[in-house]
Amino acid sequence: MPVMEGKELRIVGFLCNWCSYGSADTAGVARAWQPTDLRIIRVPCSGRVDPLFIVKSLLNGADGVLVAGCHPRDCHYSAGNFYARRRLEVLKRFLPVLGINDARFEYTWISASEGQRWQQMVTSFTNRIHALGPAPRFENATPLPKVVGMALPPSSRPLGTGKNAPLDDLKQGIKEKLPDLECVIGWQRGYDGVHTAPLFMKIPEDVEKLVWGPFNVANPAVYLPKFKGKKVGIVVKGCDSRSVVELLQEHLVAREDVTIFALPCQGTLDMSRVKEKLGRYTVVDNVVCDETEVIITVDGKKHRLPMNDFAQVKCRLCTKPMAVFADTPLGESPEVEIATHVPPELALLDAMNLDERMAYWSGQITRCLRCYACRNACPMCVCRDYCVSDSRDPRWMTQEADVTQKLFFQAIHALHLAGRCTGCGECQRACPVGIPILALRQQIARTVEELFDDYRAGFDPAAVPPLLSYEVEEKSIREREWK
Amino acid sequence: MSAIRFVTSEGLPTFLARLSRNSRVLAPVVKDSPKPSVMFEPWRESMPVILKKATVPPKDAVLPQCESLFVYKKSKNADNPENVALHLDDTAHATPTVIFACRPCDARGFAVLDHPFLDGQFVDPYYKARRERLAVITITCSSGCNTCFCHWVGGGPTSPEGSDVLMTEIDDGFVLQSITDVGQKLLDATDLSDGKDAFPKVEAARKAAWTSLVPAPDIKKAPQNIAALFNRESFWQKHASSCLSCGACTYFCPSCYCFNITDEGDGFDKNGGRRLRSWDNCMSSLFTREASGHNPRTMKAIRMRNRISHKFSAYPRNWGNFSCSGCGRCIGNCPVCLDIRDIVQDAVAVADSDV
Repeated sequence: MPVMEGKELRIVGFLCNWCSYGSADTAGVARAWQPTDLRIIRVPCSGRVDPLFIVKSLLNGADGVLVAGCHPRDCHYSAGNFYARRRLEVLKRFLPVLGINDARFEYTWISASEGQRWQQMVTSFTNRIHALGPAPRFENATPLPKVVGMALPPSSRPLGTGKNAPLDDLKQGIKEKLPDLECVIGWQRGYDGVHTAPLFMKIPEDVEKLVWGPFNVANPAVYLPKFKGKKVGIVVKGCDSRSVVELLQEHLVAREDVTIFALPCQGTLDMSRVKEKLGRYTVVDNVVCDETEVIITVDGKKHRLPMNDFAQVKCRLCTKPMAVFADTPLGESPEVEIATHVPPELALLDAMNLDERMAYWSGQITRCLRCYACRNACPMCVCRDYCVSDSRDPRWMTQEADVTQKLFFQAIHALHLAGRCTGCGECQRACPVGIPILALRQQIARTVEELFDDYRAGFDPAAVPPLLSYEVEEKSIREREWK
Repeated sequence: MSAIRFVTSEGLPTFLARLSRNSRVLAPVVKDSPKPSVMFEPWRESMPVILKKATVPPKDAVLPQCESLFVYKKSKNADNPENVALHLDDTAHATPTVIFACRPCDARGFAVLDHPFLDGQFVDPYYKARRERLAVITITCSSGCNTCFCHWVGGGPTSPEGSDVLMTEIDDGFVLQSITDVGQKLLDATDLSDGKDAFPKVEAARKAAWTSLVPAPDIKKAPQNIAALFNRESFWQKHASSCLSCGACTYFCPSCYCFNITDEGDGFDKNGGRRLRSWDNCMSSLFTREASGHNPRTMKAIRMRNRISHKFSAYPRNWGNFSCSGCGRCIGNCPVCLDIRDIVQDAVAVADSDV
């Protein structure tokens, strides 16, 4: 139904069948006056409300979204609204990073008998949205032309090239276990000396190809789920091991099937900065790893790349250079100074207001080609061939190449990873056009830490991811009372 | 006789302004981000053009990422609601466009796309409309690079194929040489000075570009050798084991042209309905999934076989040349550094050793 131009705004309401829809009914039967802006969608339970319903509404022209369900501890299905509460609170704290005012979204609890409370809630929410006015749209935002440079955070530990890592011992360890394993996943030299490619070691000769060092940027955990049910080994850096742990947490691989080989990591290179430094070259003549720098000679020209300047940002912020746990750990884990620095991609957004963030995303996301390298490089994206981004039934997205579709996919990816993302950064590294999408995942990770006792994904194989569980009384989520 | 003109580096904005009077001019610019990328964008006054190889080739100019093939509106007759009138608009819209400073590999991409879209039994009217209004000004490369291999597949750093004008940088500016009539007209319409005197320098620069290349292996046998390996699953499995099945290779390829067609909207609302054609890629499992649910290419190895055999076997057997211009973007963009050069070379060698 079209809105009455100039008078009404578009407000979408998701009401649970058992309580809140009943309360709206009660208000109607009582002839209680209500604003006419709300378009109600009846859902079986607030737990049915996927946060993506709300994002999709807001990206596609809704000026406000209201979700209402049974009071906590009063859910028709016992626990549906407990799950909803966690998801919706995470969403509420996620929306501002996109540039969407979180005041445009609200969730509340109203029972079927509370007709008056319904009337009060819907009136105050509608008044709030009218005070905010029609929602700004991404497609109308003027892209932010220049992004201020991102300052590198101080490093949590001395970075190096891993030159003295006991690679030979590792190779020996792998060879010993290889007969019992389908294969061991690691890295080998890529198409030239400054690139590595994944290596699947099946026979002892393959093990000789294994390399260790600052070029091992890819996360091998991405291949693990497809070996489900088979005995497989994996060589990991600290960050990769967190992905393995998260896969174990979600029972996507079984502990007894995975043999983890680990060396302490001294940091890996930000390949985009390496590429900038080397410029266009034809042949790599030589690569030498010093303790703290990599010396690369291309086309006869020598370049020095100190790890401290060329390591990935995630390595500077790393708190886990050694695997969380491993079957064959080798080498000493270095001392790490645990300091909480906001990652620069996120700090950049923190410094912006909502309009600037919208302008920022509309400028960045427009060059997305929807190649989905971000999704496919993500070790936690396990739907693989059944992603909602490509599905026609259900149809979440169209194939249109506009800003809202492209940004919506990023919101889908980020929200599906809520409480699961270990921050390995593969999504952003894989993006061929360098869209700083990691910030969206970082904001959710920060929210999850705030809400759920400093929970960080991928540290404890026995932990249940926070959005797959609930507390009857939430410590950090108040049972929202707003007027 | 081709037109040869000269322009100084300082004179480029004036030249672009002159071109943009009658056309949309797509020129490469750097996009600000932690990982800078170079994209073609419509030229505007004071836009800082950069003459680097673009991250994304300008294929979009003839085959947009998503386009409406037609739009339709339905309206009900007030007297007889069962009677629905359908209004359909399938005009092929095309803006006159000049691509400025793409690379020879990008331009060769257009030559690859022309065969299936224009030379087959059916001509694609949407592609044709855009292609006919397109002029391509290509800047020749001054050297090779670590991922490009244009000279393996019949091109080169100064290859004119697909270009209307070839532009070569010399010490004090650029020499523009028309290749086609379109290019000649384009240059004649400008007031650039004559560049014939500088042409020896151009020839020297082009020669230097060729000498910078690493010698190419012989892959002439690729079409038959790859066909011979069609059923050897182990070969394709070996080369696809690290593939993540994303589209970073195909969507950034100047010569990939597979697409999907979807309908959006029922036609009754004010936006109308649209039939969309959007890029699709053979590395995705959904590419071949049929309505029944059956999928003939569920294995990524088989999808990889498709990409390699299309480019190096099926297409050349149909049209005579490889449908790869050797730009190397699929190698440089691949999150796991898969190298198409390795696969092709290995296929040639493996099939040879069988004989």
